[in-house]
Amino acid sequence: MNDLSLIGEDEMELYELTICELHDKLKKREVSSVEATRSLLARIEAVEPRVGAYITVTAEEALKSAAEADKLIAEGKSDILTGIPVALKDIFLTKGIRTTCASRILANFIPPYDATAWLKLKERGAVLVGKLNQDEFAMGSSCETSAFGKTRNPWNLECIPGGSSGGSAAAIAARQATATLGTDTGGSIRQPASHCGCVGLKPTYGRVSRYGVIAYASSLDQVGPMTRDVADCAVMLGAVAGFDPKDSTSVNLPVPDYTQALVRDLKGVKIGLPKEYFIPGLDPDVKHALDQAIETYRGLGAEFREITLPHTDYAVATYYLVATAEASSNLARYDGVRFGHRAKEAKGLVEMFSRSRDEGFGPEVKRRIMLGTYALSSGYYDAYYLKAQKVRTLIMHDFIRAFEEVDLILTPVAPTPAFRLGEKTNDPLQMYLSDIFTIPVNLAGTCGISVPAGFSREGLPIGLQLVGRPFGEEAILRAAYAFEQATEWHKRKAAL
Amino acid sequence: MKITKAEVGHVARLARLELTEEEQETFTGQMDAILAYVEKLNGLDTAGIIPTAHAVPMENAFREDEVVPSIGVDNALANAPDRVEGFFRVPKVIE
Repeated sequence: MNDLSLIGEDEMELYELTICELHDKLKKREVSSVEATRSLLARIEAVEPRVGAYITVTAEEALKSAAEADKLIAEGKSDILTGIPVALKDIFLTKGIRTTCASRILANFIPPYDATAWLKLKERGAVLVGKLNQDEFAMGSSCETSAFGKTRNPWNLECIPGGSSGGSAAAIAARQATATLGTDTGGSIRQPASHCGCVGLKPTYGRVSRYGVIAYASSLDQVGPMTRDVADCAVMLGAVAGFDPKDSTSVNLPVPDYTQALVRDLKGVKIGLPKEYFIPGLDPDVKHALDQAIETYRGLGAEFREITLPHTDYAVATYYLVATAEASSNLARYDGVRFGHRAKEAKGLVEMFSRSRDEGFGPEVKRRIMLGTYALSSGYYDAYYLKAQKVRTLIMHDFIRAFEEVDLILTPVAPTPAFRLGEKTNDPLQMYLSDIFTIPVNLAGTCGISVPAGFSREGLPIGLQLVGRPFGEEAILRAAYAFEQATEWHKRKAAL
Repeated sequence: MKITKAEVGHVARLARLELTEEEQETFTGQMDAILAYVEKLNGLDTAGIIPTAHAVPMENAFREDEVVPSIGVDNALANAPDRVEGFFRVPKVIE
């Protein structure tokens, strides 16, 4: 190492380091977790007024856990996550720390226990710096349905960060957390990751426990990491994945060491390009980024073939029946009896339920509860909900057939780069259609990752999506890593 | 029209949502547009297709019925909007 590179490293602020970089410095005792945490807290203070990624910053608790992590490191008990400052979407229950799901109905809710995904990070010494903004109950594609204010895209403050895990993505892009967790029901990790230029992985349904994660649509919800680069993503996924007796939908399969999958060689890997995703309506900058990416992949030894996912066009309609039906059932628990907001001076029980819910829920949540209740109601169940479940089978079969021909599928993440704040808030259907390329992966229950793949002419990040077979996380991480190492997109920083 | 304002009012009662007149009006238009959009599913023949409830094949997750520690009454009541002794208090249910 020459002197120049040493100077370069010294100039790097601690908040700018990835998990792997910070771990290296912590292990060598070059820096302490308290210093790294202080650096991040100062960064949050500096940029948060412009970005608005957080609902709650837990500065005091963070410094306390960082000091404990430093003790562990001094005792030689350091794990890769020990002392690493992380933040969570405010959908993860955190014992003793307010968890709102960005809803007024949970504005004062203090969970009595931890979500398993968070507990797994905590037990390995990770430091929680705060709880991140999102769409209310994870219902939205822009973070604009939050009851706790807007989050702005660090690359352009007039644009949305994406949603629903918008705060989780913006915090990575603005260097306000070393890594974050989000959840993805119809694209809520991958779409904001794409819009904010970070890495976001939605694992296979059942790969990560949802215990302690506030439910939206239970047959679709999954927990996943959002990180600066693919190596960090592999570390975080390995940390949170695995069977949990407290979530009966978690699958009892061994968790591989995902970092072992990170190799640059893609020789002989067959990648499918679904013709239904490369449509004339695709934004030209997105198309350009994807075309370039395909060339990069060819250079890495991958082979491409056109495939068909014939029921793609039905995915959004299917999703908005299945997800809203499940949401209307899941959100029935917010009745003002045991926790959450209760309307004052209601005359009877039913009035208390109805008024508490009316006062507590925002318009998008009400709209989805209404749609779901309608789709499940007597006389409409077969026509809407059952029909959607049958079409879901057809969409799953599309993927099963495709994976007989190819190892991976490459697609855009979103049809356009991040749109403007307020652009789609008055037209729910247009907002729903922005998830067209991510929703089918949730319906099929398989895994997908968004990786930075370029920028629009306006300077907004564009991601590419790699979809793998169920429990094929290693294959998508490998292909994402090879691409990342061959490109420079992930090294760009938002000017803030 | 796929849905009328009266039906929206009925669904709101089923969903235990006390919507204002204005909300009912807005939702009627928006739900009508969304229901018209999802109508496209009827263009698909799904005769004989088995509905999917979960993407990963699942069986009942049985476990031994063992007593394990729980969060306890105080923790369970800590977020209650209203409580009395070890109970949640609600408005009078029976007249």
